[in-house]
Amino acid sequence: MSASIVTEGRAAGAIDPARAVTKRRRAEIGGPLTVLAPYLQAAPLFLILLAFLVVPIATIVMVSFWDYDSVMIYPDFVTFNYGEVFGSWVTWRTYLNTFKFTVIVWALTVTIGFWVAYFLAFHVRSAAVQMILFIVCTIPFLTSNIIRMISWIPFLGRNGIINSALVGAGIIEQPLEFLLFSDFAVVLAMVHLYTLFMVVPIFNTMMRIDRALIEAARDAGASGWQIITNVIIPLAKPGIAIGSIFVVTLVMGDFTTVRFMSGGQSASVGLLMANQMSLLQYPAAAANAVVLLAIVLLVVGGIMRIVNIRQEL
Amino acid sequence: MQGEKRGLSFWILAGFFGLFVLFLYGPLSAIFILSFQGPGGGLTFPMQGASLNWFRELFVAQAVGDLGGSFGRSITLGLMVMAVTVLVSLLAGLAFRRPFWGSAFLFYLTVASLIVPSILMSLGIGLMFNVMGIRAAWWSSAFAAHLTWTLPFGLLIMFAVFNRFNRSYEEAARDLGATPWQTFRYVVLPLVLPSLIGVGLFGFSLSYDEFARTLMTAGSFNTLPLEIYGMTTNVTSPILYALGTLTTVFSLLIVLGALFAIGAVRRRRSRGLLPGG
Repeated sequence: MSASIVTEGRAAGAIDPARAVTKRRRAEIGGPLTVLAPYLQAAPLFLILLAFLVVPIATIVMVSFWDYDSVMIYPDFVTFNYGEVFGSWVTWRTYLNTFKFTVIVWALTVTIGFWVAYFLAFHVRSAAVQMILFIVCTIPFLTSNIIRMISWIPFLGRNGIINSALVGAGIIEQPLEFLLFSDFAVVLAMVHLYTLFMVVPIFNTMMRIDRALIEAARDAGASGWQIITNVIIPLAKPGIAIGSIFVVTLVMGDFTTVRFMSGGQSASVGLLMANQMSLLQYPAAAANAVVLLAIVLLVVGGIMRIVNIRQEL
Repeated sequence: MQGEKRGLSFWILAGFFGLFVLFLYGPLSAIFILSFQGPGGGLTFPMQGASLNWFRELFVAQAVGDLGGSFGRSITLGLMVMAVTVLVSLLAGLAFRRPFWGSAFLFYLTVASLIVPSILMSLGIGLMFNVMGIRAAWWSSAFAAHLTWTLPFGLLIMFAVFNRFNRSYEEAARDLGATPWQTFRYVVLPLVLPSLIGVGLFGFSLSYDEFARTLMTAGSFNTLPLEIYGMTTNVTSPILYALGTLTTVFSLLIVLGALFAIGAVRRRRSRGLLPGG
């Protein structure tokens, strides 16, 4: 079903003569291979996802009911691991902290991402300049996340550029301590790492908006702001939704940024899992993984209910 | 909007965009500059002279671990992931052009693969190998973990490509008596080739930089991101920056190479050696 939506999304509602002809001809010459073709073509993807997505998640669910001690994990059926997740004030706080990061980073990336994409899509007139500026935005994405986190040290450190400048200018007497190894640093680094995931899909949907609609709105007397709120934002919604899905899942599962930029002073569910894994407490990590996965699926399901992202594809 | 005078809003937005680019590149350029610190320099400004000292350290000092080996493993793994991603995404992209039973399920499965947090995939695949009694290794379990990340991107790109694909070229080929294989080989494949290079580039760089999905799946040998992560916890000299500069330059070279390849395909096409364009 989604195949027809996926491949015909753009032509939906319109009669596509080429397709009709293709279908008729295929019916004439179609042997068994033609019918089987899509299954054979889709099989590698399906088998890979089955073996390395479905089975591993089933393994996580299974192991989340297993028992463990400091050296081994044992096949069993105990609900102890979930009791640990829901019964401890520390894990509740960790989950709340993860939500806090998610909401703040989402709000910042969607705001920055929207205006950057809007500028690129509607204010840059030459297609060549548009492409160059777009590539300029994507290049830092090709550098490893960890390197990009390290790159904040010369700026935010105790003797970093910002502190030196502020102290030098006489604005403050002591270097600010909250810049590096703090929640502030975590949010800053996440915005730095993930805004691109917002820019690309929003830019993509904006480029598909029929420019005649904007002309029409303008001719009907709409102000620039009215065009943005009544025409562009509703039409860019699928891109905003896809970007939000990316950012929300990335932030919720993040542990490197939280560990590195908070200097171990803040926590997230991902970090909690990583710590449990390093202590070989796999069943405990698995229980957290199941809860995290359930939350991520709920959030993504919610976003997909508001906006039909399949239309976008 | 053509020919209009640029108003205040343009300049405000242009300024905002400029700040955004500065935000993206500022920190990176700082470590780029600082990697040329003199031997006495530290992790922050000011520069204590300029030298190639930290790049030399990177190649000389064995204390920082197995950089050469991990770099080689990351490249090999990236190339393996790239090849499989291109092939499997192309095939699946072709499959989705026609309705088939279960396509909705496969579509949601692919989306699920994209949204499951990386650390979770790492744990899942690590546990699966553990439970089955198979030793995890960078070329088996980490390879599988990377594919769950690169294949959804590859498929989404193929969707975008085939949505804009003009089917009349295929019709024309068929009317001229081409077999399905000939139609694919001489019409479809050349037309989607630039996008396939893009898929390959995406697959390679996603795999080359992937840390979280490799954490539990790499087995006893590190890939480069794991090695870099290890360094961040015990190395406090600009040698880190030198490594950052080198890997960034390497990524840039890969992108330039891919852009050059796409350009070359386009040029060949415009000379009339290939259809379309």
